[in-house]
Amino acid sequence: MKKAISINVNGTPHNTEVEPRMLLVHYLRDALALTGTHVGCETSLCGACTVLMDGQAVKSCTIFAVQADGSQVTTIEGLAQNGELHPVQEGFWERHGLQCGYCTPGMIIAAAQILERNPNPSQEEIRHGLEGNLCRCTGYQHIVEAVEYAAKKS
Amino acid sequence: MIPVQFDYVAPATLDEAARLLAEHQDEAKLLAGGHSLIPAMKLRLAQPSLLIDIGRIKDLAYITEEGDQIRIGAMTTHYQIEASERLKEICPLLPECAASIGDVQVRNKGTIGGSLAHADPAADWPAAILALDAEMIAVGAQGERTIRAQDFFVDMLTTSLEPNEILREIRVPQPQKNTAQAYMKVAQPASGFAVVGIAVNLTRGDDGRCQSANIGITGVAAKAYRASNVESALAGNALDEQTIAAAAAHAADGVDANSDLYASADYRRHLAEVYTRRAIQKAIAKL
Repeated sequence: MKKAISINVNGTPHNTEVEPRMLLVHYLRDALALTGTHVGCETSLCGACTVLMDGQAVKSCTIFAVQADGSQVTTIEGLAQNGELHPVQEGFWERHGLQCGYCTPGMIIAAAQILERNPNPSQEEIRHGLEGNLCRCTGYQHIVEAVEYAAKKS
Repeated sequence: MIPVQFDYVAPATLDEAARLLAEHQDEAKLLAGGHSLIPAMKLRLAQPSLLIDIGRIKDLAYITEEGDQIRIGAMTTHYQIEASERLKEICPLLPECAASIGDVQVRNKGTIGGSLAHADPAADWPAAILALDAEMIAVGAQGERTIRAQDFFVDMLTTSLEPNEILREIRVPQPQKNTAQAYMKVAQPASGFAVVGIAVNLTRGDDGRCQSANIGITGVAAKAYRASNVESALAGNALDEQTIAAAAAHAADGVDANSDLYASADYRRHLAEVYTRRAIQKAIAKL
C-alpha cells in the first residue's frame, strides 16, 4: 500500500505517494527527476548516491523514501547558492577533482560534510572522511587537493 | 536491487511498537537505521511483509549518565557516539569503536541498537559491549528485562532477544580510575567489517599490576566472545611485554574460527593473537 510522504528537497517541498520499498535514491531520480545523485554499487559501499538528509551525509540507496518523510534533503543540484558554486564544487573545478564524473556528486556531498564538521582538515582527515566514496579514475589525489582548496576558500 | 513489497508502519511510541511487534512477530521486522536490514532486503535475504520503523519514536537516541552507569539509547547513531566529547573522557572505548565502523555515511545513519540486535559476527560493537560488561534493556509485551552482554549473543545473527522484544537501551558501567581501553581491528578492505576486532577494558591497580581485564573479540567466530583465558592470564600480573604476549596467545582458545575467501581460520586465529597483544599495549600506553 502506498504511503504519502512529504520531503523538502533543495528547499522545495514535495508531497508524493510512494511504495514503502522505494529507495530514496530512486525517489530523487525517478519521481523528482533529480538525476545528479547517482546509483553506483547499490550495496552502500561506493557512495555515489550520497545526499545530505537533515544535514547528515547518507547513502540514499540504503534508505527508504518513507524514512525520509518530513526531512530536508540536499542533493548535488541544491548545493550551489544563488548561482554561486559551493566551495567544494569550485575546488573540484579548479583542482581537476574528477575524470569520468560518476562518483563526483557523492564525493562533493561527502566533502561538504567533512568541512562542515572540521573546517581545516589535514590530508589524512580528508581521506578518512572520504572512505565511504569510491573513485575508479583519479587515484584520489586531485580529489583531496580539491577539498583542501575548498577548505582554504571557505 | 529492489526488495519485495512490504507494508510500513512508523509508530510514535515504544509501547505501540511493542504491541505491533507482538501482533505481527512472525512476519514483521524492526527497522532502526536500516544499514544491516535494508541491504539484506535488497538481496531478498530478508523478506518481511511488515516493517516497523522505530526511527520516529522520540527519545530513543541519547547518551546519559545515571549513578555509576552510562546509558545509551538504542537509536543512538554510531556518529553520535563517535563525536561525544563526554564519552571520549569517561569511556573512550565506545567512541573509538564507533569511529572504526564502516564509513562516515554509514555511521551517520547506523545505530548501536540495530547493530547489536542484528548480531553480525563481523560487527564491531559486540566486542566493545562484551569488554565493557554492558547490559541490554529489552522491552516486550510482558514488560522490561535486563540481559547481560555475555548472555546476549547466542550465535551468528542470533541474540537472546525474544521475537516480540525490542532492544531499548544499553547500560555500560562507568569505568573506574586507572582503566585502560582500546579497540583495534583488521578491516576487510572492501566491506570495512572486522576480520578480527579486539576490545580491551582493563584496570591497573596501585601496585602496577593488572586488577581485572575484559577482552571482547569479534570477527573470529560465529559470535563475538570474551577471551577468558587471556583475561585470567593478565589478572593479578604485572603488565609487562612478556605477560601480555603470553596472555594474547590464548585469544582464540577453544574457538571454532571462521574461514572465508579473505582469511582462513588459521590466519584469523593468528590475527586474533597479534591484535590482542597490540590492543592491550595500545590501551596501557594511554594510562
